[in-house]
Amino acid sequence: MTRIKEKFAELKAKKEKALIAYIMAGFPNEKATISTVRGLVKGGADIIELGFPFSDPLADGPVIQNASTISLEKGTKIAKFFSLVKKIRKETDIPLILMTYTNILYHKGYAKFISEAKKAGIDGFILPDMSIEESKEYLQAAKNKADTIFLISPNTSNTRIQKISKASSGFLYLVAVFGTTGVKTGIKKYTLDAIKQVKKQTKGKIPVGIGFGVSTPEDVKKYIKAGADAVIVGSAYLKLIEKTPQTNLESKIASFTKSLKKQTIL
Amino acid sequence: MKYPKNGRFGEFGGKYIPETLVPAIEELEENYLKFKNDKKFKAELDYYLKVYAGRPTPLYYAKNLSEKIGGAKIYLKREDLLHGGAHKINNTLGQALLAKKMNKKRIIAETGAGQHGVATAMACAALGMKSEVYMGYRDTIRQKQNVLRMNMLGCKVHPVKSGSKTLKDAINEAIRDWITNVENTYYLLGSAVGPHPYPVMVRDFQSVIGNEIKSQMKKINNKTPDTVIACVGGGSNAIGTFYPLVDSNSEIIGVEAAGHGLKSKMHSATLSAGSKGVLHGMMTYLLQDKEGQVTETHSISAGLDYPGVGPEHSYYKDTKRVKYHSATDAEVIDAFLLLTRTEGIIPALESSHAIAEAVKVARKSKKSENIVVTLSGRGDKDIEEVQNYLNKHDKN
Repeated sequence: MTRIKEKFAELKAKKEKALIAYIMAGFPNEKATISTVRGLVKGGADIIELGFPFSDPLADGPVIQNASTISLEKGTKIAKFFSLVKKIRKETDIPLILMTYTNILYHKGYAKFISEAKKAGIDGFILPDMSIEESKEYLQAAKNKADTIFLISPNTSNTRIQKISKASSGFLYLVAVFGTTGVKTGIKKYTLDAIKQVKKQTKGKIPVGIGFGVSTPEDVKKYIKAGADAVIVGSAYLKLIEKTPQTNLESKIASFTKSLKKQTIL
Repeated sequence: MKYPKNGRFGEFGGKYIPETLVPAIEELEENYLKFKNDKKFKAELDYYLKVYAGRPTPLYYAKNLSEKIGGAKIYLKREDLLHGGAHKINNTLGQALLAKKMNKKRIIAETGAGQHGVATAMACAALGMKSEVYMGYRDTIRQKQNVLRMNMLGCKVHPVKSGSKTLKDAINEAIRDWITNVENTYYLLGSAVGPHPYPVMVRDFQSVIGNEIKSQMKKINNKTPDTVIACVGGGSNAIGTFYPLVDSNSEIIGVEAAGHGLKSKMHSATLSAGSKGVLHGMMTYLLQDKEGQVTETHSISAGLDYPGVGPEHSYYKDTKRVKYHSATDAEVIDAFLLLTRTEGIIPALESSHAIAEAVKVARKSKKSENIVVTLSGRGDKDIEEVQNYLNKHDKN
């Protein structure tokens, strides 16, 4: 069992839902990433998604895109990223997911990349531009090594939900809104309906996490109430990192995390 | 490859897209397959191509140029004479008409040099639809005239200030808009790139170029050309020229932008210097670094300033059916001036890449041979850029 699966099992037993935090590795620098991770763990985050920057992040909004650009300018490279993951692993056992774009894995070779990531301590992958149709080689490479978390959208058909949930492991990532990451449009009825529909289609076989535009404890509360097994908060963390002096980062992240986590305890 | 199975040309192409776009791409493919053979749709498109865009375009024997070079006969496929001054209108009329049939109320597009943006704005105006165009900020500066034309045509231009501020960033931004407004928006892609079915659809709409070349050369020579040449950025005029001829004996050459030279890292020659990767929904050759980050490109022509290429070109490169060469900025300027001064035709800087190659090929060929060059667009938009280059290099 992977760390992600264990975490969901553990939370189920405690009657809690998962708080997943997304941060961009190397934003604004490596030291800040370490402090942020410490704050996340201290504040009670259940899973951490580490973004690896890509030059053309087309599913991301301005906040993550900007973080991606800064991280790349600061010299974030794959080897450096893996050594950062190893450093994090020395401090915590929290499940770590790598979120990036297909080309980063494809370029190195899916199997090679996934093996190295696994060795460093990565438990799963999210690739927003990897469609189920193109995923054969990627799935083979990840089999028994890491969880493959696919995205679904409120406009995904039932047939596709079935297909995608079969290929997914760890959890299913439901995109809350039509848009890129960080879009704040308020909680839509179609999103709440989508949570119910996806839960119905997957029959509890895989947890359903909801992300994109989730930024406040109120958002978390509403989505958990609607039946989500996990909430993913990203851009809100990056905004906080951006405006917080590095000396206060760990404690600020911890207290924001606590406020979010509280809403996931039933 | 007629209609690629699973959207793949060999290993290239595919649909690497965020899930939100899947229903839109499926809807597009379904409608494209329905309308592409629909007699009424075809008749309507033919009507617009003929009486609005100005097809067929002439195949002009460039006598002065050919005699000056002293080799093969060079013919120019005059896409520069189309309404708007470029081949782009073939595709925008096709897609805008399709979007109309699909009841889409909002059209978005991206543009590099601005020609596709202008062609989108024109096609939308003609068909009574609204358009918005994303354009790299750098390109809005070097192609000011086309921004003004789009504005006049009632199209909203969004300057894109992220990344390299050129075509690839305009595509990223257009895709982001599409993800956000997928329910009511049609993305009118300007080149034979992107997720399936765009590469095949754009190719089909542009194949009117190659089909006309075939029949026009047949009348002149009773055979297909010995050599056909076209410039390649994303590669839509090239694939439209090449596709109807891939089963013939013609030698086919695509010409990429070598910018300051292939070793300089200041070029856009994807097929000559790139490696396989995934960008903008497709697997294709890309200009990228050792880590898979897409690198910034350079070309004197904004329309070729793109780090990817249409997947069908990648396929023809690997199968060796098409040769891909490149021309430097300096060679392009020479070719631009040469054609302008020998024939009185001002070519787009994009098309000047193809002219530069034609000169090289013609010199080595027999007088009895025929070369057809697709003159994809006219160069009015580029005269300031050329003048700046000449001033900078003291060539006046």
